[in-house]
This record gives sequence, C-alpha cells and structure tokens, in this order.
Amino acid sequence: MARNRKAPPPGMVEKRGAGYWLTHLGLIMGVLFIFFPIWLAFVASTVSQPEIVHPPMPLWPGDQLWENYSKALVSGINAPVATMLLNSLVMAMGIAVGKIIISLLSAFAIVYFRFPFRKVIFWLIFVTLMLPVEVRIVPTYEVVANFGMLNSYSGLIFPLIASATATFLFRQFFMTVPDELAEAARVDGARPMRFFWDIILPMSRTNIAALFVILFIYGWNQYLWPLLITTDPSMNTIVMGIKQMFPSGDDIADWPVIMATSILAMIPPVFVVVGMQRLFMRGLVDSEK
Amino acid sequence: MATVSLDNLKKSFGRIDVIHGVSIDIEDGEFIVIVGPSGCGKSTLLRMVAGLETVTEGEVRIGGERVNEIEPMDRDIAMVFQNYALYPHMSVFDNMAYGLKIARRPKPEIAERVASAAKLLQLEPYLKRKPRELSGGQRQRVAMGRAIVRKPAVFLFDEPLSNLDAKLRVQMRLEIKQLQRELGVTALYVTHDQVEAMTLADRMIVMNDGVADQIGAPLDVYSDPETAFVAGFIGSPPTNFFPAGAVGLSGGAKTLGIRPEHLELAGENARARGTVLYAEALGAETLVHLRMSDGEMATVRQDSSAPMPVEKTEIGLSWDDRHQMLFDAAGARIR
Repeated sequence: MARNRKAPPPGMVEKRGAGYWLTHLGLIMGVLFIFFPIWLAFVASTVSQPEIVHPPMPLWPGDQLWENYSKALVSGINAPVATMLLNSLVMAMGIAVGKIIISLLSAFAIVYFRFPFRKVIFWLIFVTLMLPVEVRIVPTYEVVANFGMLNSYSGLIFPLIASATATFLFRQFFMTVPDELAEAARVDGARPMRFFWDIILPMSRTNIAALFVILFIYGWNQYLWPLLITTDPSMNTIVMGIKQMFPSGDDIADWPVIMATSILAMIPPVFVVVGMQRLFMRGLVDSEK
Repeated sequence: MATVSLDNLKKSFGRIDVIHGVSIDIEDGEFIVIVGPSGCGKSTLLRMVAGLETVTEGEVRIGGERVNEIEPMDRDIAMVFQNYALYPHMSVFDNMAYGLKIARRPKPEIAERVASAAKLLQLEPYLKRKPRELSGGQRQRVAMGRAIVRKPAVFLFDEPLSNLDAKLRVQMRLEIKQLQRELGVTALYVTHDQVEAMTLADRMIVMNDGVADQIGAPLDVYSDPETAFVAGFIGSPPTNFFPAGAVGLSGGAKTLGIRPEHLELAGENARARGTVLYAEALGAETLVHLRMSDGEMATVRQDSSAPMPVEKTEIGLSWDDRHQMLFDAAGARIR
C-alpha cells in the first residue's frame, strides 16, 4: 500500500492494489465487448465473398482489403460509395451549420430584443421539440415535393434545419451572460449585430463546438428522411445506402463490399468527434468567468 | 469635458416611481458622487445619464445639449461598471481598444491611445493578457482604461470599487481621484459607501428613496445636514438621535441629532443620562457606546487622552447648543 505513486488530483478517489487491476480488467473487457462487432465488420471487409458465407466466420483479416474498398468507393453496388459519402457529408454539414446559425440568431433575438409576443414565440419554438421528423414526415414530404426539392441537397437539408433544442441551449447560455456586458458594448458603440458578432459569438464557441458534434452525427445518421426523398441512387446518403445494398429476392449479397461501406461510413463521424473534442474540451477547461 | 445638467429628472418603471425629480447643474471638471442606501435609485439616475435607461420625465443635458433620445455612444460618456464588464475573450489591449475600433479610428491612433492609457494605469505589462488572468485591482484598472481611451466628456462610475477588498479600495479610490483631477473630466460616481462619497466628491448628492435629500460639498453636508436621513447616513459612527421630549426640548422639533464627536461624558450638568455598555479604544480616539435611560443607543467619540469610563456605570451626557440639529416629524431640519 505504501508504494510511491503520484498523488491523484484532488477530488478523485485513487484505487490501489487488487481493486486497481480489477477495474482496469473490467474496462478492457468492456472495450473488447463493444469493439468486437466492429472488428468483425472490418474482417469481413477484407476477405472474399466465399470466405464469408462458409462457416466458420473468419476472425483475422484476409488479403482482399484493397479490392473490396476500391470496389466500394469507385463502383459500389447501386452508387459509388464516394458519391454517397459526399452526399452524407453535404447533408450533415448543412444540417449542423444551418441549425447552429438559425438557433444562434433566434436565441439572440429572444434573449436580447423586446418585441411583441416574444414569450409566445419562444414557447412555440419550444413546442416543436415535441414534433420529431417522423411525426410530421408525410406533410413535410408533401411540401418538399411541391417545391420540387426531391432528390436534391436542399430537400435533404432544409426540413431538418430548424432546431428547438439548439435554440433552447443557446438561450440558456445567453441568459448567463451578464447584462453589463451588453451595456458596456452599447456604451462602446456596438450595434446589436456587432455585439452578436464580436462578443456573443466568440463567447459561445465552446457551445458551438459541442453542438456541432452532436448535430453532425444527427445529420449523418439520418435514415428515414433520405430514404423517402432520394429515389435517384446518385443522391443516396451512406447510412441509407448501406440498406439499399442488400439485394432484394434471391440475389447474393456482396458482404465484403457492404462491410467495407459500413466501415467507411463510420470514419467521418469519428474524425468529427475526435477533432472537435479537443476544441470543446479546451473550452471547458479554461472556462470563462 | 462638459457640463452636465439634470432638470427635474424622473423615472418610473410601470406604475412604480423610482426617481421623483432630481435637478442639479454639474460644472465642467466637477466630481459628483451620488450616495445612498441600496434601492434609493442612485444607479438608475446614473444609467439615465448614460442612456442605458430611458428618461420618463425631465431632461438630461450634456454640454448644454439635450441628450434624452441620444444613444449612449453618441453622448460622449464612458462608463465603469460594478463588475467591470470586461469582454472575457478579448485581451486587455482589445478590451480597451474596442470602442475606438467601432468608431473606426485609424490603427496607429488606437495603439497610441491605448498605450498612453496603459501607461497611466500601469497596465503595460498586462496588455496581452485575458481578463481572467488578472487580479481584481487590475481588472478594475482595465475597466478604467477602457473609459479613458475614449477621451469622453463625462466619466460615469457605477459602484466601481465594491468588488475589491478594503485595502485595495482605499488605494483605487485615491487613484480614481488623482486620475480625474489629472484628466479634468467631469465625473459622476455612484456608491453606497459614505466614506467614498466624502473622500471623492467635490459635491455629493445624497439620495433617499428616489429623492435628492441634499446636494452639497461633503463637509457642508456633514456639518449641516438638511434632513435626519442625511444626518444619519453620512458620518461614521452615525449621528445620535434622541426624542426631543426626552431631552427637554419643546416646540416643533421631534428629534434631536448630535454627532458622536459633539457629545461629552459629564458628571455634572448632564442633559441626558445613560449606561455605559462598552468602550472601543481605537488608538487615536475612543468610541463609548451607551444605552440611554429611554432605551435608545448612543455613541460618544472622545479623544483617547480623555479618561475611559467604567463599563456598566451610569453616566451623564452634555453638549453644546450650537451642535444641536433639530428635525421635525417628517425628518426635515428645523433651523
């Protein structure tokens, strides 16, 4: 027990001896358990079709990695995966960036301006939280179809772009910003949009980073909506595209290519999470007063 | 540099009147302190001059020009806020330069003005730091610097020292006074601390419940208060009040006010009697706290060379007639 280990940060309980190793063993087991299906998918994407369908399922990567991935990226099954990745990227970025801009501006209006029915408008926005896409999907489809936005990026993005959650989050954050700051900016001669741009926006960057991660993944993982409005394979997004790759009827599924597509579909969100995590962790650590 | 006039200034929030008409003509370069207890409307008054609060009735004139409807930035004022209101994501330099940047001053001029303000406030080593990396006193200086670089006609201070510790407060108080003298800028300063008011003011406005009870030079206000409220609020320890009847005064007077330094402990010819509760020896002076025969508390301030009274003993009090301050039932001074 008297081993010299560095003192733990205050507030953290340090485990010693057997408990220390047991905890780690537990954590490692957990990670392996979660990671195993992904590993299987990766293995499946590196072997040939016959190797997969003959049991037992291989557990170590084969030699078909390059063939499978290039086939997926360049030709795919219905559409090249590269195209689907691009479509998903445009959709997820469009939704994340659009949602952030719209909710920042609407929260700014609600918190900093006095206008008639301000409270009512806020509650109307709030009420839309109760209406997810799935509930309003038929009328929304009708509207998008009438605007001729089927099979287009705008059709993929616009119906999903308003976010009550983000508006609410920014509103709560803006309300913690002291009034004196707005007054000081007013005395300094900043007009409202200047105040928004110079003061509010930089102060919100931590929140924006966190929201971007969440919203990007929300957009990336959209399944039902793209499935409904993209009939042209060249507009398919990757998450729904994977499903489209399953053959109908008696055809044989090209599992290695499907698995390669799945692995490829996972990469961009991972990059966003890892990349943005550093930004918003830094923001959390040196938090502003 | 400018004169400031408030002409019967009134403010209501909905149906609640918070300021009932304040008038004062402030001379160019004068340091005016608005002092009063919390909720008396002193901050609201200042914010009306700043333009952060609309004027319900009356007129604010800066440099002779009516500014009621003019935006704060166009009033040629600068304000120092209670919590400093520094922009947390900007460096000290950017905080001070922000107003000038918005006014689109040329870059070399901004740099030069910020540099000279920083020099004046000894902020030069900190220009690149963020506000959170500064101590309370330094943040206070940055807030002052932000006001100075704009070279305003009027400085407005809203309780700027209330977040500092006692020692720093005394030091910053001196600095503010020196700075204002040096720059010769008209200043309005809000505080609830009567010591700050006494030390800083050329003239002070003592506010009580939305009314300016008295406007005058600190020593005049101290020695010749217009109302019982002013007599009680200005001065520490506060003025002693005795019911006029209890000390044998008749006529319209309801209460008698006497400053602690004007009371004397006396064996004979006592005009009132009380019991010594305790005596606080402060070095140069001693404060003797008494409970009067009618239950009221009183304080006597005497030189430390005077004999210390024995606690729990009964003692007489005497005073000179010329130090008597008489007030009627409404608290107004009877002369």
